[in-house]
Amino acid sequence: MTPLFQPWLIPILPLLGALINGLFGKRFSKAAVAVVALTATALSFVVACVQAAILLQSGHPALEQYYGTWIQAGDFSVNFGIYLDHLSMIMMLVVTGVGFLIHIYSVAYMEHEGGYYRFFSYLNFFMFFMLVLVLANNYLLMFVGWEGVGLASYLLIGFFFLKDSAANAGKKAFITNRVGDFGFLIALFLLIQHFGTLHYGALLVVRDSALLQMPVETSAGVLTAIGLLMLVGACGKSAQIPLYVWLPDAMEGPTPVSALIHAATMVTAGVYMVCRSNAIFSRAPIALLAVAIIGTLTSFFAATIGITQTDIKRVLAYSTVSQLGYMFMAAGVAAYSASVFHLMTHAFFKALLFLGAGSVIHGVGGEQDMRKMGGLRKYMPWTFWTMLIATLAIAGIPPFAGFFSKDEILWQAFSSPHGSKIFWAVGLVTAFMTSFYMFRLIFLTFTGEYRGAKPDAHGHDDHHGTPHESPWLMLAPLVLLGVLSVVGGWVGIGNRFEHFLDPVIQKVSVEQSAAQNGEAAATPVSEGEGTESKSTENLLMAISVLVALGGLGLAWFLYVKRPELPEQIAAGAGGLYRLVLNKYWIDELYAAVLIGPLIAFSRVVLWQTVDQKVVDGTVNEAAVAARDVSAVIRQQQSGLIRSYAGWVAAGAAAVVAYMVWMGTR
Amino acid sequence: MIPISYYLLLSAFLFACGVTGFLIKRNIITLFMSIELMLNGVNLSFIAFATRLQTLDGHIFVFFVMVVAAAEAAVGLAIIISVYRTRETLNVDRVNLLKL
Amino acid sequence: MHLFLFLLFGGICAGGAVNLLIQRKTINSALSLIVVMGSLALIYLLLGAEFVAVVQVIIYAGAIMVLYIFVIMLLNAGEEEQAKGSNVAKIFGIPGLFAGGIIGIWVLLQHRPAEQGVKIGALYGPADQVGWMLFNKYLLAFEVTSILVLIAIMGAVVLARRGNN
Repeated sequence: MTPLFQPWLIPILPLLGALINGLFGKRFSKAAVAVVALTATALSFVVACVQAAILLQSGHPALEQYYGTWIQAGDFSVNFGIYLDHLSMIMMLVVTGVGFLIHIYSVAYMEHEGGYYRFFSYLNFFMFFMLVLVLANNYLLMFVGWEGVGLASYLLIGFFFLKDSAANAGKKAFITNRVGDFGFLIALFLLIQHFGTLHYGALLVVRDSALLQMPVETSAGVLTAIGLLMLVGACGKSAQIPLYVWLPDAMEGPTPVSALIHAATMVTAGVYMVCRSNAIFSRAPIALLAVAIIGTLTSFFAATIGITQTDIKRVLAYSTVSQLGYMFMAAGVAAYSASVFHLMTHAFFKALLFLGAGSVIHGVGGEQDMRKMGGLRKYMPWTFWTMLIATLAIAGIPPFAGFFSKDEILWQAFSSPHGSKIFWAVGLVTAFMTSFYMFRLIFLTFTGEYRGAKPDAHGHDDHHGTPHESPWLMLAPLVLLGVLSVVGGWVGIGNRFEHFLDPVIQKVSVEQSAAQNGEAAATPVSEGEGTESKSTENLLMAISVLVALGGLGLAWFLYVKRPELPEQIAAGAGGLYRLVLNKYWIDELYAAVLIGPLIAFSRVVLWQTVDQKVVDGTVNEAAVAARDVSAVIRQQQSGLIRSYAGWVAAGAAAVVAYMVWMGTR
Repeated sequence: MIPISYYLLLSAFLFACGVTGFLIKRNIITLFMSIELMLNGVNLSFIAFATRLQTLDGHIFVFFVMVVAAAEAAVGLAIIISVYRTRETLNVDRVNLLKL
Repeated sequence: MHLFLFLLFGGICAGGAVNLLIQRKTINSALSLIVVMGSLALIYLLLGAEFVAVVQVIIYAGAIMVLYIFVIMLLNAGEEEQAKGSNVAKIFGIPGLFAGGIIGIWVLLQHRPAEQGVKIGALYGPADQVGWMLFNKYLLAFEVTSILVLIAIMGAVVLARRGNN
């Protein structure tokens, strides 16, 4: 192995940046803080590129490096180590690359906010944990990163902690994630119990690993349980039904945070985890089906909510949830590479959309309501064009990136042995809605007349009254991401991307078939070579493009041609519209069913009964009893010598009496 | 022939008188005398048992008790004098600094 | 004869002890204590402990009680102050004392048949034998006692000296 293979540098550099900024940043100038953070991230990206090149040059399916033992308990041990294969390589490049661009963007975006050094320290801190998550060589280290990004997410959502809503959103994200982490942790315990290791290599890759060799009769229950619990964890982190509620609220954080954490990287951790565990899921058909169903449902429902939202960031948030649902759907039909492919393209165009939205918000002075925007195209052309690219990409219109990945997912949903026509149909409807609400966003924001207030006081900039284009430091990442949103999908032409991930996924499938001797319970998965003919694939592709264009057209008709229609439709739909506008009252439902009783239970039973009466009562009663007894005993300390002597005499008399009694017995 | 129990009874009576005196008397000098009385009661027991057991060790103990009593009386009376100088009283009930 | 002597001196002894308790004046208590000690010396003689009897007279009656009387004189200790006695002493002490005394007598009389009597002069405890034991078997204790007495003397001097603070 070449001496240049030093993957530990990739996470360590952002950690250094976070430490420097976090410990000393308060005394630095803003420029110095930015330089430290950007240097750390940029170096990390460069090192990541070098490591990726080394991996591709080496020809090995995976490279691994150890840095010592972390936990040693009997036969069970956990190492610090980095596991670099094609999957973690893609994640690593996406995280460092998109992360770096967003860092650049933040330098300008956060210029007028307080806590500049804090922001960059957190951001680097997040990068560190995210890289630990993707580069870890075992599940436990992955869990460290998993929790770490949760913490960073909490800190960054609540970055404007003086705002109540931001602080609450941070708490909501953190607590909701706890539910998922609980499931993930149980899954890890099960893995330890049944296989005695958490190491990817020993668990998932080595040909004679206990997991891969497990006969299907016994593996089905265990692996299904593990898979379902992992799915719970993934649902928490990747905002899937029923744990998606935190992500829309997370938009309280600064926009670059939304772009980095809540669109491009952290929320895809669940997808990464499912793909990483593909050996487990492929052997647990029920768990796999659950993944697909949850993904499909999430993508559909989130898309319907997205249609009615008026806050530009919330539309994007629901869009993110929806697209994550796509990824889960792909993973759920065992099309892991399609899932990762969409993850990558989504990171590009969704980060771009968020950054563009941030640019818009920045340009109009902090306004987030789309109804008060409009006509921004002529004020901020760069933002408009880049966002248009991203919108075309997410809508799935060729030749933009989203088209390739989304089409791949739909095709796999249709053709995969684990797939179903239902998944495909729902996915198609979702694609239509995606296209619709994204173009609705574009039309509402950029076309027509500017509906916002004229010079107002609540903007965070004083020097503008009319919307204005953002500084170049913010536009450069937009342009770069725009380019990536166009070309990012081209790697998927001709199924090249699928085969790129073969070392991670395909091999396992082959082993699986070998191990199971053609058992029917879990049919070996071979991606790409679907049973349907090539012409069917082309037909489906055409349908999805048509659907995307249909969404575009409908949005154009409703918001450009006949702007008065949407309100009439909304009024006509009545209850249904209100149901969707209020996000199906899921938050209210959770509040009524889970949070309310929990708080009531905590208040009445835990606080007022257990804490106040039992715990406090015990302590107080003990003190009162001690005081009362002391009050009696205190009288004995009269200070009179004769009184003391009397007690001595009484004691002596008692001893004598006892001896006499014993002697005469 | 006098039963040993007679001596012991006398000894116990003297001791009890000493205890009683210690408890009911208020003059600090009388308290010390009560202690002497108790010691004498104990001494009588020693001598009686020494005679009964035909050994001289009891006599030796009595001798030591007397020496210790002498030392105690010397120190105790010195203390009484210095207490009287500072408190201007011999009443133990007024010497109650043991209570804070 | 022996019994008569014992009862005579024992009676004097007990009477002195009771008188000690009854007397208000400190000097009267001290004098009755001398009576107790003198009669005890005679009882020791009855038991054959001649050395102890002599020492009793010399040390107790001679030295210690003289010291007491000097202090009484020095401090001009007159009548005892009248004060309310402790309730505890009244309620528990006196009945307890009587009960203890009765139990003690009862126990001793219970064992009476089993014991042998004490003959006067049965143990001839001459001074030379006591001295021999003192300087052989109990030499260490004896020497330590001398140190104790020395310390007591120094302590008495230090405590009673005027104006040492």
